[in-house]
Amino acid sequence: MLCRGRWIVEFPRMRAYAWYFIRRLGQFLLVVFVGINVVFIVTHATPIDPVEQAISSATQFGQSDPRAVEIMRKALRELYGLNGTIWEQYVTFWRRLVTGDFGPSLSAFPTPVSALIAQALPWTAGLLSTSTLIAWGAGNLLGGLAGYYRKNRLLKGIGIAATGLQPIPSYIMSLVVLILFGYLWPILPISGGFQMNISPELNIRFLSSVVTHSILPVLSLVLITIGAWFVGMRSLVSNIVTEDYVVYAELAGVDRRRILGSYIMRNALLPQLTGLALSLGAIFNGAVITEFVFGYPGLGTLLVRGVNSGDYSLVLGIASISIVAVAAAVFVIDLLYPLLDPRVKIE
Amino acid sequence: MLRVFRDLFRYNREFAIGTILVLIVLSLAVASFFSPYPPQDSYVVPPDVPPCWAYPLGTNSRGQDVFWQLTVAMRNSLLFGIAVAFLSRIISLVIGLVSGYAGGVVDRVLMSINDTFVVLPLFPILTLFYFMMHDHMSWTLLALAMASLGWPYDARLIRSVALSLRNREFTTQSVFSGMSTSQILLGEHLPYALPIVISTTINNINWSIGLEVTLSVIGFTNIETPTIGTMIYWANQHTAMVAGIWWWVLAPVATVIMAFIGLFLLSVSINEFIDPRSRLARMGA
Repeated sequence: MLCRGRWIVEFPRMRAYAWYFIRRLGQFLLVVFVGINVVFIVTHATPIDPVEQAISSATQFGQSDPRAVEIMRKALRELYGLNGTIWEQYVTFWRRLVTGDFGPSLSAFPTPVSALIAQALPWTAGLLSTSTLIAWGAGNLLGGLAGYYRKNRLLKGIGIAATGLQPIPSYIMSLVVLILFGYLWPILPISGGFQMNISPELNIRFLSSVVTHSILPVLSLVLITIGAWFVGMRSLVSNIVTEDYVVYAELAGVDRRRILGSYIMRNALLPQLTGLALSLGAIFNGAVITEFVFGYPGLGTLLVRGVNSGDYSLVLGIASISIVAVAAAVFVIDLLYPLLDPRVKIE
Repeated sequence: MLRVFRDLFRYNREFAIGTILVLIVLSLAVASFFSPYPPQDSYVVPPDVPPCWAYPLGTNSRGQDVFWQLTVAMRNSLLFGIAVAFLSRIISLVIGLVSGYAGGVVDRVLMSINDTFVVLPLFPILTLFYFMMHDHMSWTLLALAMASLGWPYDARLIRSVALSLRNREFTTQSVFSGMSTSQILLGEHLPYALPIVISTTINNINWSIGLEVTLSVIGFTNIETPTIGTMIYWANQHTAMVAGIWWWVLAPVATVIMAFIGLFLLSVSINEFIDPRSRLARMGA
């Protein structure tokens, strides 16, 4: 009997959560669908044919046999999935994405593009998640404190610094960090993901090398994003402080730390989490650019290398995978949201 | 209007600093029209001269005066930002106002498309665009591509303003007096949305200049057009930092940081001016 009673209470809540899950899944699929279509339009509506481009760069040094060129043209068309009508190409395009098979890379022949991306993806994911966790966590904590203790000198100083840091784009920030710690005060490695003469095994030496090489990229990324979280949280908290329930809690003598933690910050975290989901695309851009500046072996460096070596499949593969990866990360954050906001379950 | 400006300048430190920084950057851009050398010409002055009286910001390894190069670069970067911001404003205003006014299904559909564009990682997409265009890539094409991708965040903000106007009495009255939807949106709702449009426009200028710098520095734009980004690109190509020609890198980086902070402070202070709550907080209420 008891079990049945609980079931009745739990059931509508579960159903609300399932409904929320389905809606977010729909949004995830929409992002992937629209993003991949944008990629398809970019690659197919532009007047330049990647096949002809590859051929002209291959034949620019000296005369080639026209028959050989014809064979090459055919092979490249097949390789790039540019055979048949536009609709057939569209279907091929999706089939390749779903199976994760973008064909072999032209610059690192015959390694498949998917293998190159699989090698680079963990580096980007690690860099992105570490720096985002640090920046979002520290930015919100400090911003919350600054909104609550408005008279504190130190927090005011941090506020001014955060306002100055906020508008600087990732490339400029990475360059400044690189110049500071690469040329003026060279204490940390400025290039690569780990030391060259260490074999990538799971031991202390390798891991510590990975950590020291990641400090500057992570530092740049944290400096780029922390300002926005700080300023956003500060203004949210300073608005919530004037709410009646906070004033009441203060009058009732609730511990101030508890007011800040569970009365104010928890409410202010919700829009900040939504903000994180919405800005993930921009944060990803920043990470990709920072990787390029520091020669970090992630997607960004691979992307630039792909462009410079004229590797169509690689560039296309990275653009498509980036869209899916960012959409998936947003989806994960969306699924975490109900843990913080119990109202989602009842809605 | 002038009095608002004077008061803001006097009492709002962000606004004052922002205005001064933007004025410095603007006067640099205007100075480009008095440049003694055509911007694209190289070897017009002795190369690699450190900052001195004759060349206040030194000269670079391509034999160009860094100061005059900087003025042209700043002008082009600013114009680029303004062009992208202007074009993307059209999309974000249409989507934002329509979505907020229509509500219901239209609103939900438009906003879910909007949220889709918000999270798309633009850098790989723009890189792919450059890859397809290569030598055909131009200033105008990049501006168009970025404008068609850079509207969604602001559309959402404009929608939130339009949403609050939907149920106001004057909207109802406009409907009853027989105004068409476009008349209501343009004549009645647009003026209310203008302050937020101005502040998001400034932010969008910042965003576009930042992305342009990034793409140019890697060489993914037309590198012959002098902008802040291509200036840093050429400095990197000549390994200016390693060769010790630091003024070639420092000048564009410092100027563009000034532009970013100046524009950002302007948009923040305008935002604060719009929101009466934060104005009260400033007065100490």
